[in-house]
Amino acid sequence: MSAPGTSTSTGVSPDEAGDESATTWATGVPGTASTVFPVSGEDLLVGEGAPAVRHLLSIADLGRDGILEIMRLSDAFAEVAERPIPKVPALRGRTVATVFMEPSTRTRLSFETAAKRLSADVMTFTAATSAAVKGESLRDTVETIDAMGIDAMVIRHHASGAPLRVTDWVGASVINAGDGTHEHPTQALLDCYTIREALTARRDGEVPADLKGLRIAIVGDIKHSRVARSNVLAFTALGAEVVLVAPPTLMPASLEGWPVTATGDLDSTLGEIDVIYLLRIQSERLGEVLLPSLDEYHWRYGLTRARADALKRDALVMHPGPMIRGVEISPEVADMPASLVTRQVRNGVVVRMAVLFHLLGSGVI
Amino acid sequence: MADRERSSTRPKGRVFVARNQVMDRDEVRRALVRIAHEIVERNRGLGDVVVIGIQKGGVALASQLVAILREIEGTAVPFGTMDVAFYRDDIGMRPVLSEEVTDLPFDLTGRTVVLFDDVLFTGRTVRAALESLAERGRASSVQLAVMVDRGHRELPIRPDFVGKNLPTRRDELVEVSEEGVTIGDLLVAGEEKATR
Repeated sequence: MSAPGTSTSTGVSPDEAGDESATTWATGVPGTASTVFPVSGEDLLVGEGAPAVRHLLSIADLGRDGILEIMRLSDAFAEVAERPIPKVPALRGRTVATVFMEPSTRTRLSFETAAKRLSADVMTFTAATSAAVKGESLRDTVETIDAMGIDAMVIRHHASGAPLRVTDWVGASVINAGDGTHEHPTQALLDCYTIREALTARRDGEVPADLKGLRIAIVGDIKHSRVARSNVLAFTALGAEVVLVAPPTLMPASLEGWPVTATGDLDSTLGEIDVIYLLRIQSERLGEVLLPSLDEYHWRYGLTRARADALKRDALVMHPGPMIRGVEISPEVADMPASLVTRQVRNGVVVRMAVLFHLLGSGVI
Repeated sequence: MADRERSSTRPKGRVFVARNQVMDRDEVRRALVRIAHEIVERNRGLGDVVVIGIQKGGVALASQLVAILREIEGTAVPFGTMDVAFYRDDIGMRPVLSEEVTDLPFDLTGRTVVLFDDVLFTGRTVRAALESLAERGRASSVQLAVMVDRGHRELPIRPDFVGKNLPTRRDELVEVSEEGVTIGDLLVAGEEKATR
């Protein structure tokens, strides 16, 4: 597994994009006079803002500017999603293949919906119904799919780093939809977008520049969580303070190089955080005995009614899904208004549209 | 923010160098007043008329046009903005940026739509706008107003209302705002002083 902060992509590193200290999330008010003359017609479309990336394997591929660009683009696609015909012809004639070697419904459906709303064609590959069960290697599988002529491959694999290996084998843009315990970058992007949306609503429509000033607790199986890894990178890139909360057995062996604090005590953290991000206890990954029982986990780390009451009044509750009610969250808390879980799902489609458009519409490939 | 958007959409490493101003603030204003009168005359009033500014350059001028229409006719014409990035035919050939969120707070069915853009060049932006409009309802007619028609059309598109016909070279750049219309060149950064 590569260390957090290390870019694993072959794309341009965020550093080369130059320092854009003026970057904000705000979309300008139509009609405001700018001090610079607007460039006319076609020249508007030649850009140098966010780093040009070919693959999305890690949040580090995007960096702060890239994340902000995805947020801005997501606003445009959120408007598309509200239309009577929620579809644009942007990626007409392109083909997106989803290659899921691990069970997943929501992420695959979310990517496929996003691709269809951009008018791209979608090819679906699931391990259970494929030649993989006959013993075909990953390399042969992805090379075969690539040979059919695709523009992007969305891949989920149980091995960390599998998408990076795949970039050597295929000509398509590779998007990591979750690899082992490494990363799940689109989940982190939709989480950032969901927090930004909640903050915008709270500020009467004023879009925050970033997440500076927020304290975000990520609670649960940090050790095995690719969602935690991507979110630590994304939240801190946007200036938020991150505190990891987990029992010692589920905390990574070393947090060196992570700009975070860690604790085993959830209750003392509750009053100081603006967002509580709950991770799913991945029973299928807990090969060794790391938890005495799920009940004990719920008792010490689950978001119960009493703990929810100890949160700040306007704290946000998030979960990447699927939620296991009664383990990481109590059923009654999951249905509280502070819970953004359904917004996360809705924003997943919008943000994945932005990611596909950013990679395939950028003119890089 | 506007500055960031502008700077982020310039071709990398190149800068706009103004050569001469072809319209000043007053001339732009007068052209808008004339276009407003032409719109009223053509449509015999403003009954079903809506004005849509194309992001990004068309929006500021279009909102000025709406204000002028209100002064002339005393009617508040519905005003919307449209970003056509996702409808362009050159996606994937070069970076296509979405400038702003589309905002069309009305139904287009049965309306007379006046599309407004700052510069009419190849016609590809207008084609994209027409495709986007068609998905949102069946307007009874669509008319095109531009501040500058600089020629070099690549599609059979013709404006209904023009501020100024401006012959240009293909490699020149035309910048339009409420402050005026400027013609200039796009030069490699660092070389602009030598050429001046």
